[in-house]
Amino acid sequence: MTNSPSGKPAPLADELARLEEIVRRLEGEDLDLDTALALFEQGVACLRSARERLAAAEVRVRTVLEDANGTLRLGEIDG
Amino acid sequence: MGPLDEVFSISDLTTAVKTVLDGSLGPLWVRGEVLQFKAHRSGHWYFTLRDAAAQVRCCMWRTYSQRAGRAPVDGAEVFAQGRPTLYEAKGEFQFVVTRFLPTAGIGDQQRALERVKAALDKDGLFDAARKRPLPRYPSRVAIVTSTDGAALHDIVTVASARWPAAELLVVASRVQGDGAAADLVAALRRVNRLRVELCIVGRGGGGREDLAAFNDEAVCRALAAVRVPTVSAVGHETDITLADLVADVRAPTPSAAAELALPDARAVRRFVGDLGARLAGGLARRTRLAAERLERTGDRLEVALNDGLVRRRHLADRLAAQLDALSPLRVLDRGYAVPRGADGRVLRLLADFPHGSPFSLRVADGDVPAHAD
Repeated sequence: MTNSPSGKPAPLADELARLEEIVRRLEGEDLDLDTALALFEQGVACLRSARERLAAAEVRVRTVLEDANGTLRLGEIDG
Repeated sequence: MGPLDEVFSISDLTTAVKTVLDGSLGPLWVRGEVLQFKAHRSGHWYFTLRDAAAQVRCCMWRTYSQRAGRAPVDGAEVFAQGRPTLYEAKGEFQFVVTRFLPTAGIGDQQRALERVKAALDKDGLFDAARKRPLPRYPSRVAIVTSTDGAALHDIVTVASARWPAAELLVVASRVQGDGAAADLVAALRRVNRLRVELCIVGRGGGGREDLAAFNDEAVCRALAAVRVPTVSAVGHETDITLADLVADVRAPTPSAAAELALPDARAVRRFVGDLGARLAGGLARRTRLAAERLERTGDRLEVALNDGLVRRRHLADRLAAQLDALSPLRVLDRGYAVPRGADGRVLRLLADFPHGSPFSLRVADGDVPAHAD
């Protein structure tokens, strides 16, 4: 099985950064209740997504292979 | 024959072994790598000599070390002349060195290494300012190493335990022997075509001569050109390669590299849990503040209403007092009287009092009948 090496990386770092930002705003700024609720909803979505990513049980290992024509492909590692 | 018939003391034993050692092997030359070199204050030198399979503790007494010239450095390959003996106090086999000679081949390698190092240094490849911080939560990591070495296995093991959220992309390359340098350059260039956030390059432990590829100028330049932060893991305790100096972070072994580069998922899960709690707490605080504000607004309304009532009451009282002052009854209180005709009209002028006409005087508490005489 192979697929493109330029596949979308899991943006866990972005997600956590966004979550931290939301928490900081909720804790710090003077917000109206509507904004606070909207931020909270976004925060919950980030939280859920981050938790799912962190629930991964096993690291995924793939090899980078180069075709004769120079294209890079990802292959599952043997063994 | 029982143990009591012939018991050697430890001293007897070591003396006997020392006698055998001292007598059996005369002065001889050995070749090895210097390790753990220490020049004692007394002037004696202590160090280890080793090759791929074995090692021996060595000493060089002051008499000889004074004549030896420059002290050898750790990692130097030398010829040493001496004889084996036993250090009785520790029961330790020792090689007592009397002369050193550097090995010529190593000298050439050393000079070449210095030349490459100077070139890389001149181009700023070792500058501290170049060092990039590692990403906090890498999700895709390139691993440049041999697929059949222990390094990959070690990295995968640590990654599985610490940070299973990651995906490891293995870019295979020979890491020692002929062609290793060219392989590494190609692999490092390939890393720049991958969407990764971090690159670990390394190999397991090995002899000093096996590190050549990691001291190669082209490899160092390719490593410096990797677009994401790099961690070197060349796996040699005593030698630091030029690649180690170029990488953003140097780790002593591949396992250590994975530990340095990957966060501990348990800690991150705790951190995410804390963020979740703070998120809920933040919202609760917001709603509480909003409720309090609403309450305060209500309070202010009430205050405003009360204020109005009090003001109005005061106004009413003041008006009442004014009304009171205007009331003729208050004037009568002060001793005045109001004359009225029989028809009740107030009599104000002399003409209102025809001779003999009856009228009444209104005083404070009633009417007094009267006549105009």
